[in-house]
Amino acid sequence: MKKLLTNDEFNSVLLNLSKEYDIYAPVTRPFKGTFSDTDLVKYEKITKLEEINLKDKSYYSAKEILLPIRQTIFYFNENEFKKPEGRTKKALVLLRSCDLHAVERVDNIYLNNKFSDEYYADAKKMVKFAVIGCPGKGWESCFCASMGTNTTENYNLGLTFKDGEVYSDVKDEELKEFFINAEDKEFAMEFVTENVEKVTVPENIELEDIINDEIWRDYDRCIKCGRCNFVCPTCTCFTTQDIFNRDNSKTGERRRVWASCHVDGFTSMAGGHEFRQKSGDRMRFKVMHKISDYKKRFGTHMCIGCGRCDDACPEYISYINCINKLSKKLGDNNE
Amino acid sequence: MSNIYMPERGEILSIVQESSIEWLFKVKTSIKPEPGQFIQLSIPMVGEAPISVADCNHEEGWIEFLIRKVGKVTDAIFNLQPGDSIFLRGAYGNCFPIDKYLGKRVVVVAGGSGTAPVRPLIKKLLKDEKTELELIFGFKDQESILFKKEIEEWRRKTPMILTVDKGCGIDGECVGLVTEYIPHLKMYEGFENLEVVIVGPPMMMKYSALEFLKLGIPEEKIWVSFERNMSCAVGKCGHCKIDETYVCLEGPIFNYVKAKKLLD
Repeated sequence: MKKLLTNDEFNSVLLNLSKEYDIYAPVTRPFKGTFSDTDLVKYEKITKLEEINLKDKSYYSAKEILLPIRQTIFYFNENEFKKPEGRTKKALVLLRSCDLHAVERVDNIYLNNKFSDEYYADAKKMVKFAVIGCPGKGWESCFCASMGTNTTENYNLGLTFKDGEVYSDVKDEELKEFFINAEDKEFAMEFVTENVEKVTVPENIELEDIINDEIWRDYDRCIKCGRCNFVCPTCTCFTTQDIFNRDNSKTGERRRVWASCHVDGFTSMAGGHEFRQKSGDRMRFKVMHKISDYKKRFGTHMCIGCGRCDDACPEYISYINCINKLSKKLGDNNE
Repeated sequence: MSNIYMPERGEILSIVQESSIEWLFKVKTSIKPEPGQFIQLSIPMVGEAPISVADCNHEEGWIEFLIRKVGKVTDAIFNLQPGDSIFLRGAYGNCFPIDKYLGKRVVVVAGGSGTAPVRPLIKKLLKDEKTELELIFGFKDQESILFKKEIEEWRRKTPMILTVDKGCGIDGECVGLVTEYIPHLKMYEGFENLEVVIVGPPMMMKYSALEFLKLGIPEEKIWVSFERNMSCAVGKCGHCKIDETYVCLEGPIFNYVKAKKLLD
């Protein structure tokens, strides 16, 4: 069902929707950026169009709606464990095509990697996705076209914002009732077809061929802050923690918090032994996961080409350059 | 759908000191692991730790864990007494492919606390009359020797080399690393019927495997057990991943053909 709405009409749709759905979209938080006088664009609940930042790429992805930064697995007291209720209100998430592909990547790990994670599965059931287009060639560090994630058909709602109007492609039956009164209008969803950055991903890499390569030593300058992992929409690692209440040490909760393969302690075992101590080796581990390991397991590359890792790195380490260098190197070797 | 993160209560039946630093905890539980698998042991308010199964009895409903006091969780476990509750989740990971071993000649090389996960395997293999078993156990020093009584019992039933890395040695025992004794094993004529299990510290496993390869034992006859920082044990948290392999899902037991490619 394709509809054309004015911005005002769309706002009243959002208002009606927000009675049933928490609507999440990229918004600007002034002066909350990494550097002084910079803004932060992140996902938050919205109720009207004017709150949405359609112009910029969000620094963080929509990942935390399905996979919170901190998530309680259960509460405990002396006698019992109790699972928290989880999401009770449905959610509608406005995101870009690449980020919707990222959700499919996360699904594989949380639903299809032998065991199904019921916290993620429960949250997923409550969430619908609205794809929004990107301007022009995307942003500086985007390479979705190279990763094949620039287009998608797999959305509940497609939105194109143009000249004070909203072109809506409503696929989801439950969402249709909110748009029913709007004017019918045939249109095609617009997606990015080309980016400024072009990335060649080397195929069929064997770990043993590249593990001792000099290329990784360039990345020993990484300061292991983990920002690249935290902004990545496909990074899914976590660490389990137990905490107890200060005023009643017999009650507390077990929770999981986002973890990063770049940050110290990720591979630490009891007794202090740690694998991959050098930053460059951690970079290798991450890069290989994104462009090789995951594909061996699930058939698609994990990386969706959003380029947020490049945007976030305080050391200006470019993951894009790394893949291209690796590709060139492996290509050279194959010749 | 069951919640994969929810542990169940177990009761500590007994705690026995095995070496100067390791204790054996026997826990009453309904969980029925296979040799080689591991359990997530947890204490609410402290956390979880993956511990391999040092023995189990499905009929009587108990599992034994060999635990060294080396971290937050194990520190807390050491404060427990028989009768106290402990929480368990599992069993996780694959197990030793025992069907492949039965009726063959099996060499088990184990070092230090690596003797714990092979203990239920050895017990099973000893029960099978058609399986020939040979053991090499290596420990750091005399005080570190684990399962002393059982080692004596096993020695009576099957050829065995017990070695300590250093010190004055023990009467009738060897001194040195397990790798030095691998060429002295008895069962080397014909490899088609031989299977080799190596469990211990990473370095020990690596050099032991190389020693067997030098003797001409094919890679596919060698089995090792990996240890990693496993936080979730169900393939989600990513801590134990090496290449496309999740040690908690596809391991901890790996054939050497696969294990040699798991580089970190």
